[in-house]
Amino acid sequence: MKRNPATFLLLIAALVAVASASARGQALVADLSSHHVAITTGFTGTDVLLFGAVDGEGDVVVVITGPPESIAVRNKQRIAGIWVNADTVEFQGIPNFYAVASNRPLEEITSPDIRETQQIGAEHIATKLAAEDRDRPAAEIALYREALIRNKQNSGLFSVEPEQISIISDRLFRTQIHFPSNMATGSYSAVVYLFRDGEAVQAVSTPILVEKVGVGAEIYNFAHQQSALYGLAAIVIAVFSGWLGGVIFRKV
Amino acid sequence: MHFYLPIAEMSVNIFLILAMGGGIGFLSGLFGVGGGFLMTPLLIFIGVPAPVAVGTEANQIVASSVSGVIAHMRRGNVDFKMGGVLLAGGFVGSSLGVVLFKYLQGLGQIDLVIKLCYVVFLGIIGGLMFVESARTILRSRSVSASRGKLHQHNWLHGLPFKMRFRRSKLYISALLPLMVGAGVGVLSALMGVGGGFIMVPAMIYLLGMPTSVVIGTSLFQIIFVTANVTFLQAVTTQTVDVPLAILLLIGAVIGAQFGSKYSVRLKGEQLRILLAVMVIGVCAKIAYDLIVTPEDLYSIAPLIAH
Repeated sequence: MKRNPATFLLLIAALVAVASASARGQALVADLSSHHVAITTGFTGTDVLLFGAVDGEGDVVVVITGPPESIAVRNKQRIAGIWVNADTVEFQGIPNFYAVASNRPLEEITSPDIRETQQIGAEHIATKLAAEDRDRPAAEIALYREALIRNKQNSGLFSVEPEQISIISDRLFRTQIHFPSNMATGSYSAVVYLFRDGEAVQAVSTPILVEKVGVGAEIYNFAHQQSALYGLAAIVIAVFSGWLGGVIFRKV
Repeated sequence: MHFYLPIAEMSVNIFLILAMGGGIGFLSGLFGVGGGFLMTPLLIFIGVPAPVAVGTEANQIVASSVSGVIAHMRRGNVDFKMGGVLLAGGFVGSSLGVVLFKYLQGLGQIDLVIKLCYVVFLGIIGGLMFVESARTILRSRSVSASRGKLHQHNWLHGLPFKMRFRRSKLYISALLPLMVGAGVGVLSALMGVGGGFIMVPAMIYLLGMPTSVVIGTSLFQIIFVTANVTFLQAVTTQTVDVPLAILLLIGAVIGAQFGSKYSVRLKGEQLRILLAVMVIGVCAKIAYDLIVTPEDLYSIAPLIAH
């Protein structure tokens, strides 16, 4: 395991955290191995270690939520023999990324009502409809909602099954959160809940900032902030490399 | 080795992109076509969002047309006057195309329109090319073709604003190349192609240009039309991924050299029938995808807030 030294350090940090937590009477402390995910040109996704400590028994649930976005869910129908996007429902405020982790199955930890209010589990993500879709029958909306979650799951952005959290001797816990390469940039949050007898007794939230850095970030900003200049630069580069190619291979 | 594309916002394998550029470059060198009609669907196939594929491919075609046109200019095979008129139409058409692209994107129909354009135009061009080259091969053993007229005269030649194109040996209405340029310009913006595969037959059969100047002139005007598409896509949709275009380009320039060396070993009509088969193949694949029931009838797309 190449993460060993880091894990060791984190465990020490966690132990220190436990000590200070019990000193201040907090039942739950948690932190991340990194609060900053840098998307570099070599980025293929990354793992962030979430660790912490609980004071006494209980269940730990972690919910990671990405920045909100509006999403159009489109339904294909066969028209004149070909499949065409025929109908659209627009959802607002859907997290770009959603992951949940727990030490045992969510159904065993708490009731559906609490999961619903706390938005624990992909099926409980609050969805807001665009104004023009609010009069539609609920059964129809439910199909689109399922499709939304299914598509997000297929692209690796929603995890429907909770990841495993391991708790060591009722005290230290840790879990690995995987961020895929197609994640959006922006601010994410990791909320850690401590459940006792089905009730959330404490919750702590930590932010994670995901941003592009380096050349990739500069190109992206250039393209979005000075798009006319970027377009011209793209043409100049193309003309130059085309000319270069023509000259280099003239004699060959 | 992976590379994170800043505009497409995805991680790709560098060698896969280089190989794609090389493969398509080889074919474009072999057949003397730009290869955009193969590259754009291929990019979409590996997961590049359709708008990024179209915008980036336009950028790459600028480069490949520049290297192509150099050789033709040296041999004097470019009719600049005709190119200029085609270009004027091309600017109007491609600008309209970019506006149409953005509108269709908002409706959620852009993927469908791109695919339908591919099916219709590749189907027509591939079919015509196949029939024509098959006929040539069958006929070649019996008769040497009669001289005949330089080109057919029909109602198109009765249009006003006649203009003399000396290098093409034509005296025709300027409206004709303007319309051809505009039509191909729209397709260029919508399909992410240079449009050579439509432009070349249109120049030969519609305008009656001599084949010797057709490819050089078409390449010349494609440079400017795709540059216009690149610029407008960069401004309106921010979908031009320059690093991706450069990677494709490196592969394409090298591949094209091998392709053009290989092409001398094949006869013109053999090349054309091979190209026709390939064009029909791409058309059939896209048509199949439109007809077969998709795995998931629902799809999602983020709405970009402005």
